[in-house]
Amino acid sequence: MRVIVVGAGEVGRSIAANLADGHDVVVVERDAELVEELTYSLDVLAIEGDGTKLDVLREAGVEEADMLIASTDIDETNIVACGAAKAISDAFTIARVKRRDLLETWQNTNRAFDVDFMVSSDLLTAEAIFRISGVPGAQDVDTFAGGIVRMAEFEIDEDSPVTGQSVRDADRYASLTFAALFRDEAVIIPTGDTVIEIGDRVVVIGSPDSIGDFATDTVCADEESGADSVVIVGGSKIGFQVARLFEEHGYYPQLIERDEDRARELAEQLPNTTVLQSDATDSEFLLEERVDEADVVAAALESDEKNLLVSLLAARIGVDRTIAVVNQVEYADLFETVGVDIAVNPREETAEEIVRFTRDNRTEKIAMLEHDLAEVIEIEIESDSVLAGRPIADAVQDLPPGVVVGAVSRSGTLVTPRGDTTIEVGDHAIVFVESAIVDEVSAII
Amino acid sequence: MRAWSAVSWGVDWRASMSLVGTVVKYLSLTMLVPLVVAVVYGEDIAVFVVSIAATAVLGLALEQLDPEPDVGPREALVLVSFAWLAAAAVGAIPYLIAGNGVPFVMAPSTPASTLANPVNALFESTSGFTTTGATVLGEISTDRHSHAVMLWRQLTQWLGGMGIIVLMIAILPELAVNGAQLMQSEAPGPELQKLTPKIVETARALWLIYFGFTVLYVAVMYALQLVGLAENMTLYNAVAHGFSTMPTGGFSPEAASIAAFKPIVQWVAIPFMVAAGVNFALFWHVVRGEFRSLLEDTELRAYAGATAVLIAVLSALLFRGAAPPLELGGTTAGATENALRQAAFQIASLLNSTGFATSDFAQWDDHTKIFLLFTMFIGGSAGSTGGGVKVVRWLVVFKAVRRELFTTANPNTVRPVRLAGRVVDEDAIRGIMGFTLLYLVLFGISAVFLGLDSARVGYDLTVLESVSASLAALGNIGPGFGRLGPFGSYLDLPDTSKLLMVFLMWIGRLEIVPVLALFVGRLDRS
Repeated sequence: MRVIVVGAGEVGRSIAANLADGHDVVVVERDAELVEELTYSLDVLAIEGDGTKLDVLREAGVEEADMLIASTDIDETNIVACGAAKAISDAFTIARVKRRDLLETWQNTNRAFDVDFMVSSDLLTAEAIFRISGVPGAQDVDTFAGGIVRMAEFEIDEDSPVTGQSVRDADRYASLTFAALFRDEAVIIPTGDTVIEIGDRVVVIGSPDSIGDFATDTVCADEESGADSVVIVGGSKIGFQVARLFEEHGYYPQLIERDEDRARELAEQLPNTTVLQSDATDSEFLLEERVDEADVVAAALESDEKNLLVSLLAARIGVDRTIAVVNQVEYADLFETVGVDIAVNPREETAEEIVRFTRDNRTEKIAMLEHDLAEVIEIEIESDSVLAGRPIADAVQDLPPGVVVGAVSRSGTLVTPRGDTTIEVGDHAIVFVESAIVDEVSAII
Repeated sequence: MRAWSAVSWGVDWRASMSLVGTVVKYLSLTMLVPLVVAVVYGEDIAVFVVSIAATAVLGLALEQLDPEPDVGPREALVLVSFAWLAAAAVGAIPYLIAGNGVPFVMAPSTPASTLANPVNALFESTSGFTTTGATVLGEISTDRHSHAVMLWRQLTQWLGGMGIIVLMIAILPELAVNGAQLMQSEAPGPELQKLTPKIVETARALWLIYFGFTVLYVAVMYALQLVGLAENMTLYNAVAHGFSTMPTGGFSPEAASIAAFKPIVQWVAIPFMVAAGVNFALFWHVVRGEFRSLLEDTELRAYAGATAVLIAVLSALLFRGAAPPLELGGTTAGATENALRQAAFQIASLLNSTGFATSDFAQWDDHTKIFLLFTMFIGGSAGSTGGGVKVVRWLVVFKAVRRELFTTANPNTVRPVRLAGRVVDEDAIRGIMGFTLLYLVLFGISAVFLGLDSARVGYDLTVLESVSASLAALGNIGPGFGRLGPFGSYLDLPDTSKLLMVFLMWIGRLEIVPVLALFVGRLDRS
């Protein structure tokens, strides 16, 4: 597939890097230095120029392109690039936008602006923070099949009741599947006899309720459930979206913003949010405002370093969970090592949304785990699939190792897959796959 | 690039050498070609059987240094530089074995030739791979040496022309990871032009075009023989010269080079030589039906213009009688076809560093020789197989110098340097100025060294001889003047001078920077 990426910022670059292995990628970027750097660091064709101009798009081969992803930092530029591309080609156009009103305009119309798909990294990041906040102890949470299936990743610590248990003993939930364990950078597909060790990260797939029960019973049995009090630090675009999402779901979050004017603006836009104007790195202020009693502190400041600082400070004064926005994907692991509970990376969240369009048409959704060590994908089953019309225990014989069917959605209801479950044509299968074999697997499923 | 170098200041020599081993391993397969020739002509096959074995063993041994080589930009520099040294070294193995045999096992297959001397063998091999075409082979003949050895000598040029690293990237996926870095270090010209998103496909496209031109050349030449227009252009000769023309090499299995063939052969060779000096990326656009890029390319226009003007001037000089009656390719004053053909051939051959000759220009009048020396400075286009400074660099140098003069007279003007309407980055200008200056300095110092070194052993080079030898090696041209002319040889130079020329050919082919960056870059840090 020939893919054109307009704009080699953080997001554009990571998408290009993600796609370069399996596709012909052309990057259009205005900054000559970035173009030169990309030429040597990625196996892509980098072209200097403005992606909204027809001659530049032609040079990038837009006429033969299958997809154009506009991911510059300016919303309008991205939309214009998609429009220009559509005028001379049939490429599938994807625009990244920051402004939520543009996204809403697109969602409420039939493909406005000649954009086939629109993503907002800020909104996606905010949604990830919200999802993860809702499941206590989870490292990562994603929903599938319109919300009836949920995937969550938990780190098992020494206090957990399942530590040292076999998977057979730990799996006490009717509609839950233990899909995989991550142990020291390795992926383990568990059998009933696999013993769960301290530090393992378990991936479970099932109904939202069973995931919630698993979380409260086994992972943090001693902690309160859910996130009732939430403090958001930083009134950035992401911080604003997080507050808004919590508001929409009936919470009353607190938001700390340092800049007076911005704080005022946020307070006007967020009626159910308590906006505090102060510097969140001041621990006295945090104690005074009882931030230490919060269930979750989400750090969404502009810089990664400040988010780290705020998260560590919050953990120090006794906050249960800290979630930090980390723009540099390389920092994500480091942050989690030094004490941030969860690092959320806007680039990965965006890539999850965009990459699926380069896959098989039937891939409905992708969730990347452990920086794309493995993926959970949702696929609609057609008659030529190896899974179709036969018991799962038979079908997995034809699949490479490293694949687990985690859940099946059949006409809006969840079917928990067991060895004798038969998958039917039209079902949506939620499958755990190691990233290295994902192309191979999605071709035959 | 900056982010990379922050990670690894040191060079992982094992990783680089391991991949050099991979390159060497695959080079052993290319020796199958002369082996087949030996079988066809009923010659001694032992030379190439032993050479293949020795090369493969060496390659496999080097590969053991690092089973999973991880190559960054510095390793890429080391890899490219040493891959070329290693290629030259293993390329000399067949010469050494043919000349010396293998002790206790095998007698030399031919009476001891000049290439039995390791320095001479290395010189000939380096000259081949770098497509220089300077020779130390005493007697050039397939009777004296075997057809197989003489074809290997031709084949080294063909492998080196489009680049052994580019070839390896085209066939070895493990090199593609840092393929862009590697190709940039090897490709002639100031910057790498990716043609396709995947570097592997760019490498394949370039080799395919190169291969296509070579096949066309061989077919046309052999057809001339089949229709009776060139009796001595046998299939062997057609292939041998195909291996030499497209890479702008210059070796010929005929002692008289192209002068051994009829005028029609010489005329046919001229457009191929000119094409070899053109950026191969342009041919790729032509293949895709984008003819406009050919017409709009500033470098091509400059190259074509320079070729046309120089041919016109040289024709006039030869028409006036600048060349004395010669045994080989003599010209007579007033002979129009002859003057035009000799002028066109010599310019097409020397401007882009091929080094074929149809006339012994070493015996032409002095003013004409100076004129030819000037021609040798130009070089081919970026992205061609030609050597020298490269047309595009000269264009930038002239434009930058003109800009300096202009801003001196008009101090308040801001004036970017443009090439084909595009602004040339100031860093790029500085790089090109630096390269050109370094080229000239190396050329000068080496000319002095060659002169002094020869005088030391009593083989006094004239000024023109030492200057031309230095330029012929650094620019990968091949023939010089005087005794070093197109029908002469570098055989009588002292070994030290030959080794200096090996060095010059090596850094000339890699365009100085990767090699010097290795040495100077390291020194500056310690």
